[in-house]
Amino acid sequence: MIEQQLSLLLVAVPLLAAPVASILPNGRLPWLLALVVSWLCLAMAIWQFIIVLDGHIISYELGGWSPPWGIEYRIDAVNAFVALIVAGIAAVTMPYALRSVEQEIPKKQSSLFYATLLLFLVGLLGIAQTGDVFNLFVFLEISSLSSYVLIGMGRQRRALTAAYQYLIMGTIGATFLLIGIGLLYAETGSLNMVDLHARLENALDNRTVHTAFAFIVIGIGLKLAMFPLHQWLPNAYTYAPSVVTVFLAATATKVAVYVMLRMMFTVFSFSGFVRGTPADEMFLILGTAGIIAASIYAIYQRDAKRLLAFSSVAQVGYMVLGIGFGTALGLTATVVHIFNHALMKGALFMALGAIVYRIGSSQIDKFDGLGRQMPWTFGAIFIGGLSLIGIPGTAGFISKWYLVLAALEQQSWFITATILLGSLLAVVYVWKLVEVLFFRETSKNSKIKEAPLSLLIPMWLLVLANIYFGIDTRLTINAAKAAVQLLGVAP
Amino acid sequence: MMEFILGHYNYWIVIFLMMLGFYTVISRGNMVKKIVGLNIFQVSVFLLYISIGNVSGGTTPIIAEGFTRYSNPLPHVLILTAIVVGVATTALGLALVVRIKEAYGTIEEDEIHDQDQSL
Repeated sequence: MIEQQLSLLLVAVPLLAAPVASILPNGRLPWLLALVVSWLCLAMAIWQFIIVLDGHIISYELGGWSPPWGIEYRIDAVNAFVALIVAGIAAVTMPYALRSVEQEIPKKQSSLFYATLLLFLVGLLGIAQTGDVFNLFVFLEISSLSSYVLIGMGRQRRALTAAYQYLIMGTIGATFLLIGIGLLYAETGSLNMVDLHARLENALDNRTVHTAFAFIVIGIGLKLAMFPLHQWLPNAYTYAPSVVTVFLAATATKVAVYVMLRMMFTVFSFSGFVRGTPADEMFLILGTAGIIAASIYAIYQRDAKRLLAFSSVAQVGYMVLGIGFGTALGLTATVVHIFNHALMKGALFMALGAIVYRIGSSQIDKFDGLGRQMPWTFGAIFIGGLSLIGIPGTAGFISKWYLVLAALEQQSWFITATILLGSLLAVVYVWKLVEVLFFRETSKNSKIKEAPLSLLIPMWLLVLANIYFGIDTRLTINAAKAAVQLLGVAP
Repeated sequence: MMEFILGHYNYWIVIFLMMLGFYTVISRGNMVKKIVGLNIFQVSVFLLYISIGNVSGGTTPIIAEGFTRYSNPLPHVLILTAIVVGVATTALGLALVVRIKEAYGTIEEDEIHDQDQSL
C-alpha cells in the first residue's frame, strides 16, 4: 500500500513545501526546508527505484478514478530512474545552494527563491512520475515557468533577456506539445500513455496522428535543446545564478530527453510507427550536426559557463543519436548518458559556481592561474572534463562506449566518426579551461582562497560519482536494460 | 469543395489565429507585441480543444431527463488548465518585460542587443 502512495508523495511533498517556503522568514530557514525536502525526495526516489527495478510496476490512481479515465501515476524502471536522477541532483545541489545563494541572491528574495526552486523540482519529478500526457504537459509548464523565474534572478541584466528568450521559445515548445496532445486526443479519446499506445495501433496511418507526432517531436525538441532548436540554452545557462545553472544543466534537458523517449516508445511505437516517418533519420542528422556544430561553438566561447552550455547542446546530440538508432544498444546509451551527463555537468557547473563565488565572474580570461590557488576546484574541473571527453575510467566513457557500439552495429561509419570527433573537440575545449586555469601565470597580488567546504563537498561527491560510475556500471546498465525491456525494443 | 471549406470552419479559424500569433512572435522586435502574439497563438490552441469536444447536435453534458447526446466535457476541462498556464506565462512574461525596461530603458530587441554588444 505504502509503495503506491510513494509515487504521489514524491510529487506532493515538494509541492506542499513550496508555499511553506515562500512564507518562511528570509534567511536560512527556507533553505533548511528545501534541504530536508530534497533529501526526503531522494529517499523516496531510491525506495521507489528499488521496488520497480525487478520489473514490478507501481500504478497509482489519482482521486480513485481508474485509468484510462483518471490520471494514473505509473512507475516503471524508466520513470523511477529519471526520478532518482532528479531527486539525487536536487539532494546534492541543496547543500551547495546555501553559500552560493547567500552571495548571489538578495536576502529579501531568499524565501521566494527556494520556493521557486522547490516548484521546479516538483515539475521535474511530476514529469517523471506521471502516466498521463496532459498531466505531463502541466508539469512541464510548472517546471518551465519556475525555471524562467530562476534564470531571471541572475545578477547581470542579461539574465532578464535570457529568461525572456527562454520564455518565448519554451512556451512555443509547450504549445506545440499541447497541439499534439489535443490532436491525439481527438483521434483516440484517451490521454493515458499505455492506453494511447493500444488505441494508436489501429490508427497509425491516420494523418491526424502524423500531424500530432510532428508537433510533439518539435515541441519536445525545443525543450530538450535539440540542435538547431537550442538557441535559448546558452544564454539561459550563462546568466542564471550558479545554483540554478547546476540544477538546470543536470536535470532539465535530461527530463526532456526522457519525455521524448516516452513519446517515441511508449505512446507511439518506434518500430511500428516512428521508423515509417522521417523522424528517426532526422534524429540521426540533427544529433550528428549538433555534436559537431555545438562543440565547435564551445571552443570559441570566452565565458566558461557559456562554453559548458554549448557542450551541453553537443551532449544532448549524443542522446538524440541514441534515440535515432532506436536499437537496444542505442537506447542503453541514451539512458546511461542521461545519468552520466547529469553527473558530469553537475560537477563541472558546481566547480564553475565555486570560481564565480570567489572571483565574481565566469570570463575565461579572468581565470589566469586560478587552478593553483583553488586546487580542489581545479581538480573537479579536470576530472569532470575527462568524463566529458569520455576517458576510460570515468562515467562519460561508458555512455560513449555504448553509443559507439550502437553506431557500429548499424555499420554507420560516419556517425561513429562523428562521435569520436566530438570527443576530440571536447578535448580542445576542456583543455582551453585547463590551460588557462593551471598553466597561465597568476596575475600579481591576487590572493584567492579555495572555495568553502560547503561548495567543495557536493562538488566532489559528484566528481567521485563520475569515477565510481565509470568503474562500477551495475546500477546504470541494469537500469538501462530494464528501460530497454520496458520500452519494448527487441535486443 | 464548398462543403469541405464550410464544414471545417473551426479549423480554419484555429489555423488562421495560430499562424497570426506565431508570425507575430517571430517577426516583431517589441517584447510586449511578442507576448501578445504568443497569447493569440495559445488561444488558437484553446479553440482547437474546445471545438473538438463539440458533438454535432449535442447538448450541455448534464445528467437529466432528455439529455442523451451531449458534448464531450473533458477537452473543456483540460483547456481550463491550459488557460491557467497561459495566464501565468503572460503574467511572468510581462513582469520580465517590466524588469527589462527598468534595466535597459527599452523593450525593443534590437536596441537591447546593441546595448549588450557595446559593453
